[in-house]
Amino acid sequence: MDMTVLKYALFTGCTAKNSTPELMKSTEAVAKKLGIKLIELKEASCCGASHLQDFDEFLSLVLNARNICYAEKLGLDLVTICNTCNLNLLIADQKLKADADLRRRVNEKLAEVGLEYKGTSRVRHFLYVLIEDFGMEKLTSYVEKPLEEFNIAPFYGCHNIRPAGTQNAANGKEDPYNPSSLERVIEALGGKAVEYASKNKCCGFHADLQAPKTSTMLTANALVDAMDNNADMIVTPCPLCHLNMDIKQKASSKAIGRDIHLPILHLPQVIGLALGLSADELGLKHNIVEPAFAL
Amino acid sequence: MFESKSKKVTFKVFRFNSETDYLPVYKTYEMVVESHEVVLDILNRIKWEIDGSLSYRRSCRHGICGSCAVKVNQKGVLACKQNLFELIELFGEELTIEPQNIKRAIKDLIIDKADFWGKYDAVEPYLVAEIDEHPACENIVSHHSAEKIDEADYCIQCGSCYYSCPSVAYNENFLGPAALAKTYRFTSDERDSAKTERLTNVNEMGKGVWDCVKCFECAQVCPKGVDPIGKITRLHTQIFAENLAESNVASRHAVGFKHSIEKHGLLDEGELVRYSEGNIGVMKHLPEAFDMLIHGKIVLPWDMPKSENLDEIKTLVDSSSTQKFD
Repeated sequence: MDMTVLKYALFTGCTAKNSTPELMKSTEAVAKKLGIKLIELKEASCCGASHLQDFDEFLSLVLNARNICYAEKLGLDLVTICNTCNLNLLIADQKLKADADLRRRVNEKLAEVGLEYKGTSRVRHFLYVLIEDFGMEKLTSYVEKPLEEFNIAPFYGCHNIRPAGTQNAANGKEDPYNPSSLERVIEALGGKAVEYASKNKCCGFHADLQAPKTSTMLTANALVDAMDNNADMIVTPCPLCHLNMDIKQKASSKAIGRDIHLPILHLPQVIGLALGLSADELGLKHNIVEPAFAL
Repeated sequence: MFESKSKKVTFKVFRFNSETDYLPVYKTYEMVVESHEVVLDILNRIKWEIDGSLSYRRSCRHGICGSCAVKVNQKGVLACKQNLFELIELFGEELTIEPQNIKRAIKDLIIDKADFWGKYDAVEPYLVAEIDEHPACENIVSHHSAEKIDEADYCIQCGSCYYSCPSVAYNENFLGPAALAKTYRFTSDERDSAKTERLTNVNEMGKGVWDCVKCFECAQVCPKGVDPIGKITRLHTQIFAENLAESNVASRHAVGFKHSIEKHGLLDEGELVRYSEGNIGVMKHLPEAFDMLIHGKIVLPWDMPKSENLDEIKTLVDSSSTQKFD
């Protein structure tokens, strides 16, 4: 019998603490059910989401090095539940590992608050922890309500799959042009994965304020693509993709001239449904497009 | 057992003649592929042995002229560089070869790249400097200085990034990754004297750096390792460093992260949108904000969570900031 308890430092990201409380609830509920121990990094700051990086790259590196420090203190891998957090922490981690002079300059700053970045914690997304450490066979063994009646469209989100050179160390060498990890999870839960062209495309979130037309069209396109391929829902590991696709369906309908209605679920929400967790435990009331089938 | 050195593959090739055809067709070719063969080998064999009318661009055959870029199963590749066994491993034994942008097809895999070249021209892709026509000695650029532009200088104008960019697909004014990477190549060249004009050009909303959706398609597809989005990020920071950022929704959005981190450690999403859009601009988000509010997705200001050890974060923001924005 395997007695090893999987234990990670959880970097929640800001969205799980703000506009997607359902992501926080469902992550905690699923981890508990699967016996995965997540220790929340309450000291962590925002990852900068690539926007602080546009303004002040050095500051973002110092802040993310600090974030990683707290996982190192626990001696655990740093696990994220947001693609953008994952990418920005990963970029910082790799830059600091590759450049000794930069590491020295960042550590000089961290020394002011009694911290030192060592580079001993891996940065990983919860999706890939489930795939690589927990395993899909084991996940299937926990399924109480197989999702066999559902066509589930996987939506990967850019920042878990691109650029492969940065991501490979963290995502089991998933190919950005033909990713398969979400399909593996969906199938492990007994669901049917929808094949559609937009699954590895951009949702437009990061230009939502700066280029709203582009952003809305990207969201709309992904949504209608999934609908046209008979999806009952979309599942995504990224709360930012989730926000754009869940909140902006009315705007997307208007932009593309078609009725759009498609529930968007976070990865742990879909897993939780199959594990028999309740709508309340999964925070389904927070989803704007009601997943009526689960309520 | 030795691995089989050849594989049977079904190629579906986009065929279209803009002068005579109303719609394109995908012609199927069953071919046996050898392990050393690249996409261009197959196109050549189709043209030379099966159908001489197949049209595609090719020239150097060494991954440096940039003319043979196509898409295979939506992955942008240089036909002369992309090994077929790698594609078969990735996509299986049915491969669809298409032009970079089917809407711009002239004949089969040949597209009209006028849009790409137009954007390229618009960033003045050449050194702007007072040049002494008869210099007495060489103009030496330090190794360190040359290193800054090396990567961006590898661009071969194949258009793979441009025709993979979703922002280009929905905004015909967006300069796109290649032209922006080229801009960086000159804004970071110590000999160039047009840095301010170049940064002003790409700082323009609707066409410049702020319209990048940060999808990393360009960095992924580039066959030469230019990393266009990395250069776009550099352009953003140069715009701030040169004090050229105007106070608009894009610049305030970037700076707003710092304000929020300083105050809460975490991001105050509502305040970020208000600060970015301004008190009037934020009104257009009210319908969505209302939906969010009734679904418990908005944290009210007095409930905004704060990171533990916030004093550390404040100390670091104070000591490690390298940019200013008023």
